[in-house]
Amino acid sequence: MAVITVLEAIREAMREEMRNDERVFIMGEDIGVRGGVFLATEGFLSEFGEERVIDTPLAESSIAGIALGAAMSGLRPIAEIEFADFIWPTINQIVGEAAKVRYGTEGKLNAPLVLRAPQGGGVRGALYHSQSVEALFAHTPGLKVVTPSTPYDAKGLLKSSIRDDDPVIFLEHKRTYRLVKGEVPDQEYTIPLGKADVKKPGEDISIITYGLMVHHCLEAAQIASSENISVEVLDLRTVRPLDVESIINTVKKTGKTLIVYEDNQALGIGSEVSALISQHAFEYLDAPVIRLGGPEVPAMPFSPPLENMFMIDTEKISTAIKELAEY
Amino acid sequence: METNLKIKNDLLLQMYEEMVLCRTLDERIWMLNRQGKAAIMASSQGHEAGQIGSVAALRKGYDQCYIYYRDLAVLLTLGLTPAEIIKGFVAKKGEPLSGARQFPTHGAHPEYGVINLSNVIATQIPQAVGAALTAKMKKEDRVIMVYFGDGASSAGDCHEAMNFAAIHTLPVIFFCENNGYAISVPLSKQMAVDNVAARAEGYGMPGIEIDGCNIVEVYETTVEAVARARTGLGPTLIEAKVERYLPHTSDDDDSIYRSSQEIEEAKKRDPLRLLREQLLEGKILDLKEDKYIRENAKETVNRATEEAEDAPYPETVDFFKHVYAE
Repeated sequence: MAVITVLEAIREAMREEMRNDERVFIMGEDIGVRGGVFLATEGFLSEFGEERVIDTPLAESSIAGIALGAAMSGLRPIAEIEFADFIWPTINQIVGEAAKVRYGTEGKLNAPLVLRAPQGGGVRGALYHSQSVEALFAHTPGLKVVTPSTPYDAKGLLKSSIRDDDPVIFLEHKRTYRLVKGEVPDQEYTIPLGKADVKKPGEDISIITYGLMVHHCLEAAQIASSENISVEVLDLRTVRPLDVESIINTVKKTGKTLIVYEDNQALGIGSEVSALISQHAFEYLDAPVIRLGGPEVPAMPFSPPLENMFMIDTEKISTAIKELAEY
Repeated sequence: METNLKIKNDLLLQMYEEMVLCRTLDERIWMLNRQGKAAIMASSQGHEAGQIGSVAALRKGYDQCYIYYRDLAVLLTLGLTPAEIIKGFVAKKGEPLSGARQFPTHGAHPEYGVINLSNVIATQIPQAVGAALTAKMKKEDRVIMVYFGDGASSAGDCHEAMNFAAIHTLPVIFFCENNGYAISVPLSKQMAVDNVAARAEGYGMPGIEIDGCNIVEVYETTVEAVARARTGLGPTLIEAKVERYLPHTSDDDDSIYRSSQEIEEAKKRDPLRLLREQLLEGKILDLKEDKYIRENAKETVNRATEEAEDAPYPETVDFFKHVYAE
């Protein structure tokens, strides 16, 4: 087993799928000779050629729309949006169109495309290089939304996303790209979409989370264990479809739940998870379900103290764990 | 435009029969709307020569058409039956494009290569370019036609799609059906130039403005554009100047923004009348044959109406089907 970064895992997943399936190609800004601004497609142009590694004009709506047309006509495009903050022009083609292809044609067409984007903050990215966009896409039936946290998950989930017959929004937390390293099997594997993963088992409190926050939660869980609080960390891995069974199982086990996510808290993924818990595991609850999410400001500011105030970190999670433990 | 192409009489006659059938069907559907039986209708009356003349230049069932809501004649000419089309308007089971989930004429029919995914203006244009990219990558000589109105030409998606198609010399034909109105907004408030076709130069592809009521001109222009696309020479923008004889849709009242004199004037260019006169003058058609064609169309549409009205509604048991792959 090799130890690689999240970024390398993503690169490997795409390279393997492009080698395995000639219908797979990638299009986006600076992905060709530059290899992507984060180097996710480094070396792709020389290996696969410019027909399958397409540097596009700076026009996100058409990146999505052209990928959609290619997907409906038999290819498997990976459309890269350089930063998730630039994804909004694709809403029309993805939420408006791609999500409804199968339903609106009574199953005669489908759209097997992957829209990849680096998202999330804590990188001095300010308002327009820090956004988290999962909730806006996850609201729409017809789409799948994947938010990996580790190299192993990123690779297995991206391979599944590329092979999926429906449109998948694949959101990579850019802070995990080089920061998070982990073991990845040498042999071929995939991870099914819609299955959460217990990253750390525990007895007293469940933390339900995804993406970069998984790592802060694991740290906080480690700290809590030294204070004799046993924390289970459930990584959702995909936020649509949600793995309702795993969510309910962990809540039944501990009776106390903290949901941690960097995206805006209100009307976010945690709101839906919380509602599901209330509906399906009410009798098992020993405390109110607590959400720790992004604050009520439109986006993450630039200056370090302001950015820190937005970002959820291990300390904030530790405080929430203590409060919940004492309830 | 100069061309050596000589359109054959039997093709002209066939296109006339298609146009008569389409006009008869269109009038019937409008009537069904007024009777409260069809919820919504966007009439193609005045657009038929543009649609039929261009489809005639394609390899049906091989080439693909990304259409919009005013393309009744495209659907009919590609192979949908009048009964199938009316089923869409009365939202009945057996409607082949979307199973009556969508507005009439929307959905897809892969067998005929026709896709009309949504009502949202201009979204089909980059999708068509994506299909053209597929054709190029698979090294197929398939041509993609994308139909849109003058209003859609203002959308960013139209610009982005044309730019990409020209950069990659993709086999796509941008066919703008310019009827001078985007619902109520006249062309003068849609663009500061007279012709959509003029923009083609800015993308690096040919742009041709034609009389969209002259079916021969439409056909010959499209044949050339198809030949260019099929032989790898890239996209063409065709702007067919057509007329819209009815309001934007059955829910619109065009008397608020259009004078009846203007519509009467536009009817002097009625593509159906023009083609009929051309055929009669050229002795390709006589009055007796013409009467037969018209009566035949009426009978076909009568039978189709009956079949569609008698059909059941779709079952709700399938309501949750086709959200994701099963």
